[in-house]
Amino acid sequence: MNIHEHQAKELLRRYQVAVPDGEACFTIDGAVAAATRMGFPCVVKAQIHAGGRGKAGGVKVVRDVGEAEATARALLGKPLVTHQTGPQGRVVRRLLVERACQIARELYLGMVVDRATNRATMMASTEGGIEIEEVAARTPEKIMRETIDPAIGLASYQARRLAFGLGLAKEQVPKAVGFMTALARCFVESDCSLAEINPLVVTGDGGLLALDAKIGFDDNGLFRHPDLRELRDPSEEDPREQEAAKHELSYIALDGNIGCMVNGAGLAMATMDIVKSAGGTPANFLDVGGGATAEKVAAAFRILLSDAAVRAIFINIFGGILRCDVLAEGVLQAAREVGLTIPLVVRMEGTNVDEGKTILASSGLDIITASDMLDGARKAVAAARRRP
Amino acid sequence: MSILIHRDATFIVQGITGREAVNLTRECLDYGSKIVGGVTPGRAGRDVYGVPVHDCVRDITAKTHVDGSVVTVPPRFTRDAVFEAIEAGVKLLVIVTERIPRGEVAQMVELARLRGARIIGPNCLGILSPEEAKMGGLGGPAVNVRRAFRKGPIGVMSRSGGMTTEICNTLSAAGLGQSTAVSIGGDAIIGSSYAELMPLFEADPETKAIVIYSEPGGRMEAELADWVRENRSRLPIVAFMAGRFMDEMPGMRFGHAGTIVEGKADTTADKIERMKAAGISVAERIEDIPALVKERL
Repeated sequence: MNIHEHQAKELLRRYQVAVPDGEACFTIDGAVAAATRMGFPCVVKAQIHAGGRGKAGGVKVVRDVGEAEATARALLGKPLVTHQTGPQGRVVRRLLVERACQIARELYLGMVVDRATNRATMMASTEGGIEIEEVAARTPEKIMRETIDPAIGLASYQARRLAFGLGLAKEQVPKAVGFMTALARCFVESDCSLAEINPLVVTGDGGLLALDAKIGFDDNGLFRHPDLRELRDPSEEDPREQEAAKHELSYIALDGNIGCMVNGAGLAMATMDIVKSAGGTPANFLDVGGGATAEKVAAAFRILLSDAAVRAIFINIFGGILRCDVLAEGVLQAAREVGLTIPLVVRMEGTNVDEGKTILASSGLDIITASDMLDGARKAVAAARRRP
Repeated sequence: MSILIHRDATFIVQGITGREAVNLTRECLDYGSKIVGGVTPGRAGRDVYGVPVHDCVRDITAKTHVDGSVVTVPPRFTRDAVFEAIEAGVKLLVIVTERIPRGEVAQMVELARLRGARIIGPNCLGILSPEEAKMGGLGGPAVNVRRAFRKGPIGVMSRSGGMTTEICNTLSAAGLGQSTAVSIGGDAIIGSSYAELMPLFEADPETKAIVIYSEPGGRMEAELADWVRENRSRLPIVAFMAGRFMDEMPGMRFGHAGTIVEGKADTTADKIERMKAAGISVAERIEDIPALVKERL
């Protein structure tokens, strides 16, 4: 789960990570009032779950009430297109109005879980303000790393190493150590999957400030943090993905026209490869999971059918824990409810496969059966092509 | 022979009274596995298909030798259950539970390392040595297991539980049995990677070749490629690579939390290149696996 910049900064503030004064605003009037409170010049920042906002015109320095109003009016309620949003952009529904500061240097500080060591890792670089992927690709030697022992946390000597490596003056080093230690504590205690301060700025008077902040959480850890769960912004998420999350289905919307329903993420991935190699494009990734009930399968099927781009559905099941008869019942239940108007291709193997096939065959639904995965993918692609 | 489990291996089931655990227990017993006890705190005195239920792991280990534990308790209790088993001296843990917070998985893996225990999973279906024993839900009911899994010379490791069965089924149909199949789990952090299990297969005289299921995300294939090269492995390896379509959509995540494309070293194209350079054959389709294995045997 990702959160907005202003939420990330509020969380960081709770851990005593230095962030600029700011207020989240949802209306033009609110933004003007906040700007007046901050004093001019101040900064108005569009809040969407995507990077590249600055370059796209989503971050503006305003010098007076008039500029604050004009900027808020230009941003709120309108889509902002950045290199991460896709061409349709994301509608800006909230702004962060922040006190401006003097910037002497722009640095980078980030945290992720490093899969090579299974541990949280802090990364720091003198190359702040640009995308860290670019730095990693062009000058990887400019990224310093410290691995965090789960039993110890970020040790001060590690933070010091990073601070000296960033070329900070010796009177700034203790501030940086405090900043990094607080960030590491926030990361571990909040079950973050990503925390990025880019840029971390050295201000004109020698202070350190998180000028931008991006935080993502490990979804599996959210049950331990009811307060963080509240930060979810549904308007930033695909409605079908939300519906799927409610039923604990793993669903991701894509832009093809063949709806796929599969059990097991691995088989789902292989299915999408095979749909592609058969000349089609998958409309989604959907793993109904091992222990799915007929209700869960029905919910999944409804989600697939709610995608107007879908021209054919391909069900590929290798029943182990999931029984084929349970799957068939779920499909029927949903098909009866919503009315199935597009071709349905089914490949089934495994537990209770004969019962499953009988249920589907005697349902009166127009079902195309497939002998194996490739056969199924080919038939689904052909069926989708026949439809306008 | 087999790795990790054999017909005389004894294990317990933690969380044995849960719905999935009850099924898993019956399936394993039907297949001939030796389950010597189950644990659900507060449920001591009951039994599940004749397996006595206890309150604590030590209640079992104090009286009986226990080789391993299948951990199938809800995510919020998994870490504690794993700690309990490790501290009771259990050396092989199969963690079935999915959706465990990543930070807690890291702690379990850390404790296992310190105590010399091995973790398989989390988010896995377990281990199966055909005609020997089954530890976990892998393959489903015993009757299905006997169809899909046959005894033979192929070691199988897979990040996907379902694909473990699908691959073994394909191998068996082509006359290629398995020594042991391990569903290693789909999460970003797991207890045992391909490279960490390779020495076991390498030491097993009956294993003659390895088949792995691989997908985008992580460095496990790169590690395997390095391991094979550095150790001059005697075992030919065939990898089935799923998720090639994902190279076109970096940053996406698909079900297995492990599947996060984190840069070039994680794409399928890069993995295929590294594996091929280390002499690992790569299958584009599941059906192609048996022919590639036979070529290399």
